[in-house]
Amino acid sequence: MHDQRFVIPRQELNREDFASSVPDFNRRSEVMNTDMGYKCTVTNIVRLTRQEKLFQIRIIDPVERALFRFRPGQFLMLELPGYGEVPISISSSSTNHEFLELCIRKAGSVTTALFNAGEGARVAIRGPFGSSFPMDEMAGHNVLLIAGGLGIAPLRAPLFWINEHRNRFLDVSLLYGAKDPSQLLFTWQFNEWDMISHIGLHTIVEHGSEEWTGKTGMITDLFNDISIDPATTYAIVCGPPVMFKFVCGWLDGLGIPMNRMFVSLERRMHCGMGKCCRCMVGSTFTCIDGPVFDYWSVMNLKEAI
Amino acid sequence: MIYKIISKAEFKRFIDALVRSNSSFGPRMVDTDSRGEAVYQFQPVSSVDEIAFDYTRTASSAKHFFLPFRQELSRFHFHDDDWDQKVSYEADPVVLFGLRACDISALNILDDVLLNGHFPSAYYLAKRKNTFVIGMDHLPLPDCFCKSMNHHTVPTGFNLFCSDIGDEYYLAINSSKAFNFLREFETRDPQYDENCRLAERRKLISSSFRTEIDVTGLPAILDIEFDSPVWKKWGDKCLSCGTCAMVCPTCYCYSVEESFESDLQSSSRQKRLYSCNLVDFAAVAGGHNFRPKNGDRLKYRYYHQHRGFAENANQQICVGCNRCGKACLAGINPKDVINDLRLEKDTCTTSVSSSPARS
Repeated sequence: MHDQRFVIPRQELNREDFASSVPDFNRRSEVMNTDMGYKCTVTNIVRLTRQEKLFQIRIIDPVERALFRFRPGQFLMLELPGYGEVPISISSSSTNHEFLELCIRKAGSVTTALFNAGEGARVAIRGPFGSSFPMDEMAGHNVLLIAGGLGIAPLRAPLFWINEHRNRFLDVSLLYGAKDPSQLLFTWQFNEWDMISHIGLHTIVEHGSEEWTGKTGMITDLFNDISIDPATTYAIVCGPPVMFKFVCGWLDGLGIPMNRMFVSLERRMHCGMGKCCRCMVGSTFTCIDGPVFDYWSVMNLKEAI
Repeated sequence: MIYKIISKAEFKRFIDALVRSNSSFGPRMVDTDSRGEAVYQFQPVSSVDEIAFDYTRTASSAKHFFLPFRQELSRFHFHDDDWDQKVSYEADPVVLFGLRACDISALNILDDVLLNGHFPSAYYLAKRKNTFVIGMDHLPLPDCFCKSMNHHTVPTGFNLFCSDIGDEYYLAINSSKAFNFLREFETRDPQYDENCRLAERRKLISSSFRTEIDVTGLPAILDIEFDSPVWKKWGDKCLSCGTCAMVCPTCYCYSVEESFESDLQSSSRQKRLYSCNLVDFAAVAGGHNFRPKNGDRLKYRYYHQHRGFAENANQQICVGCNRCGKACLAGINPKDVINDLRLEKDTCTTSVSSSPARS
């Protein structure tokens, strides 16, 4: 009794279905392609510590590579086919259109597989996603960057930006704490920035070693080393959750306005597009509204840090 | 919207023609529960006789036709040292019969969530576009509280909605497809008498609710009561099993997983519905969990449903079907939790005389 008159015709999706939404996806005009990744080659791997490596990846397609843009502080979804997808913050310069650098810690199944795959491996990236540090708003001010452990990875992009546009900023300082001297990342670069770009670098480690001549203690011990003018200072903070409480509390006590303190939060995003809710804090998506929040938003969001 | 009247016998002929010609799903009794009550589910149907027209409520919601428990997002084919990615947004036409007003409201809410913003979900839209939704009104069950959420009627989001007015159905036709199908059957325009009977039916439904939840100002209360002991009390009962999210018509959170096929020639990225009550929902790499306690996660679910979503989309995400309350093994239901939160406030012992008096 199959009656052709009552068969519902199959409908295909077309671009007009998405005409009402504003595609802001890396200048790709078609929103429907947000589920397709850009194919990349791993061009270089630098071993930073026992756990962390710096992966340099390059988008294979020249057109896609030329169109790929991101802002300091954004992240991307790194796909290793068969293993899965992980959110990784971009730690290379946003003005570098040749390759991207991702500082990755071996923490789960995907990153372990990535560590085992050598140079030349094919990976895919989706993105960039999320909010960024307001570098233009910060111009003309002092900038204080505070990083704990792997928190230096998302701060490397704004550091590159400051380095490349150094004359737009006044005093720039970086406070950087780690567990022990072998855990300090990107040390070669910071020395260079310290000397040439005059970015004041202050490092501290929790447990010193025999060769270590620097300071020993928590990151809060560095606060006495620097003088801050709260009226003209922007702060950028990234680190483990416990660090945020102490550091942000201290900055708040100094009188830096809440909307001039920026933090980069960590969550395990699964989609990056505000659909899966895995990174949700209260009513806010870390993947769309974050990962960079000003301190007021963090105060306003319960459970943020 | 075009309104028509159709006799029940003729309506069954129409449904029969529709379900015989398409892949169709409708409410069927699948089992009885421990209290001897019938358990209904949306199941494949091939003729009108298989449909339980007088069903109460399906145990699982209709969202699974749009957000399957598992869905492939993309597929990778391996060759040599390289791979290719394939993404497809295909869906086959489906007839979904017998959705209640709250079920259709839930789909409208999912539309808001998944089709708005910068990243509309093509997977969802493909299914939504290819589903023919027929709604039916019903008299509320003792635990339905959709009226409190304002979802006991639904203005849009369906192809056809039928209201029971005695021997006939009052049809609201909301798509050209439905209108064209109905041309083949005997219908007539509603007259004064039928309009009166529809109004009576609406009045009857509206006055039959026995469960009410006061949700006015709930977003603010949830904020203020963030550290309330109520969350620990209910969290201690919660088994963190995630059943509530599975049966909920609007819970859409998911996780993305990837696996190799056994021949190692391809792999597939799949999304799997998830629940914010599961212990690792907010866990991050390295082992930190942002919501380690049962109470934290239970609170988050209420927070998302009644507070967070209200801020983002200007409506609460709960439609008031009480499927979660019915399915919960620990006896947690939205009515008791929300009333408990309010009670917490109502039993304040501090004097309120300092607040400004009404002039």
